[in-house]
Amino acid sequence: MLETIAQVVLSGLLMGLIYALVAAGLSLIFGLMDVVNFAHGELMMVAMYAVFTLWQVSGLDPFMLLPVVAALLFGLGIAIYRLLIARALSVRFNKGMVQIFVTFGLAIFIRGFAQFVYGGEFRSITGTVLANRTASLGDVYLPLPQLAAAFVCLCAFAGLLAISRTEFGRALEATREDREAVALIGIDRDRIFALGWGLGAATVGVAGVMLAGFYYVSPNVGANFALIAYVTVALGGFGSMLGALAAGLLIGEVEAITAAVLEPSLKQVGMFAIYLAVLMFRPRGLFGKI
Amino acid sequence: MANAITIRRRRELLIGAILLAVLAVLPLPLHDVYTRNLIIITLLFAGLAQAWNILGGYCGQISLGHSLYFGIGCYVSTLMFVNGHIPPPIGMIAGGLAAAAVALLVGWPCFRLSGHYYAIATVVIQEIAYLLALNWDWIGGASGVYIPFRGESWLNLQFRTDKLPWHYVVLAFVALTWLTAWTLEGSRIGFAWRAVKDDVIAARSLGVRIFPSKMAAAGVSGFLTGVGGAIFAQYVGYIDPDSILSGPLAILIALPAVLGGVGTLWGPLIGAAVLIPLKELSSSYLGSSGSGFDLMLYGLLIMAVALLRPQGLGSLLKRGADAGAA
Repeated sequence: MLETIAQVVLSGLLMGLIYALVAAGLSLIFGLMDVVNFAHGELMMVAMYAVFTLWQVSGLDPFMLLPVVAALLFGLGIAIYRLLIARALSVRFNKGMVQIFVTFGLAIFIRGFAQFVYGGEFRSITGTVLANRTASLGDVYLPLPQLAAAFVCLCAFAGLLAISRTEFGRALEATREDREAVALIGIDRDRIFALGWGLGAATVGVAGVMLAGFYYVSPNVGANFALIAYVTVALGGFGSMLGALAAGLLIGEVEAITAAVLEPSLKQVGMFAIYLAVLMFRPRGLFGKI
Repeated sequence: MANAITIRRRRELLIGAILLAVLAVLPLPLHDVYTRNLIIITLLFAGLAQAWNILGGYCGQISLGHSLYFGIGCYVSTLMFVNGHIPPPIGMIAGGLAAAAVALLVGWPCFRLSGHYYAIATVVIQEIAYLLALNWDWIGGASGVYIPFRGESWLNLQFRTDKLPWHYVVLAFVALTWLTAWTLEGSRIGFAWRAVKDDVIAARSLGVRIFPSKMAAAGVSGFLTGVGGAIFAQYVGYIDPDSILSGPLAILIALPAVLGGVGTLWGPLIGAAVLIPLKELSSSYLGSSGSGFDLMLYGLLIMAVALLRPQGLGSLLKRGADAGAA
């Protein structure tokens, strides 16, 4: 009994860290410029296919490809900002709606592209050194790829915190606080936004690579994770990193517990219900600024 | 005294009547089943987008979960017909009322949320309903419900030999949604909605009761969407959660209004007339075997219109009309 509880709590924790990191990228972009990226899940899917392709071509261990994919996603994020988001921000009519539907259109485009290039079948990466290995603590078994993913997610969070202490991080924070005033002190808002997108995309890219170590890849894999990411971010409060971490862990636990107590097919109902319940009492999420 | 607004509204009504007459004779020379089906689907989505527009456009509450109300209309009408032998024209109204009730139930907690929080909450509620429907065997679960054929008649709302009656059913639906939007646009509540959309604080200071206004929009929008769902269910004869309760469907309901112009009378019609044929044609000519090319095109189209015409495709016509008047 005790082992079962420990097993459920630990697997919830491991998954929750991934959810948290996916949400962190989304939250970062939102906090910076009030844009919800509805293609966030698709960026994660791109990272998963990128690591899949690089692994097949180079034969290197997928985990070693992590920096390459993160850099690729960083560039992709900047490109998306320059080509689409900068334009969406300068629109004068229906601003909110334009942002929603531009990123939505992007999501559908990327999904179609993945389908076009890779077809619809599920693919999985088997080449990691950790594949099919588990660590055991007494009677509790934890798959090593998931442990590694959780560890990398924690490191990425630490990295995000470290970045927020740098000159760039302070510029990011200042731009967040007051978009107009930063121009007066010589901060190029456009450049900060572009870097913010790069960083947000790289963050979800890291999550995607680590997820690919134990999760199938398909053109639709992003949609499900994206929905969880929106819930996580709304639950934690838009723009709050700490909120994303706390909410990600909470969502992971609720999912694991619902799957164990009720039925695995209803596991998402549990996390969505918790989100709605919290939102009734805190409309801006757990750590959102009122 | 006939002021500018009254004159404009009369002109809109006249254009609407002419358009209705044109659409009524449109399918007569087109005997091809594929074309007739395409027109029916386009009209259905024009009506659904108009229904969405009442809440999402006029009142400015961007709901990304409208397939929930669509699905409820489908399920209520279908289950009443299949299990209770109640004719769909009655089931349709019951479905609409049930959808309206759920829309109010969703709105009651969610209208306290603003902006993105509201949009995401609507997605999540729709997704919960989808997951529950997949696991609820009494309403068919994941395998769905087949609607048995009980003879061709208006009472059963089943027509097998000809698609023409369907054309008039969906045309009546479009006319209903359009007239509802037209009526409400000129009424007190319509002004309240636009005030809520533009500036909640200013609206409140003018004595607009925010929450009841939003609830009214949700109720009307939910009802019409549910009726549309019931019509769709009878038309295709088979429903399952993937086809009537899914996230992509919710987007497809909102999208024509966004492309054509949100909060306008003609936007949903124009948007549907452009989007639905494009989507259907590209998926039947390019998307066979799911190559994904049709999705790429669809995505590009959405991005292009959102960026190039943020006020919607309808504004292209408006500029022409204004130039003509001057």
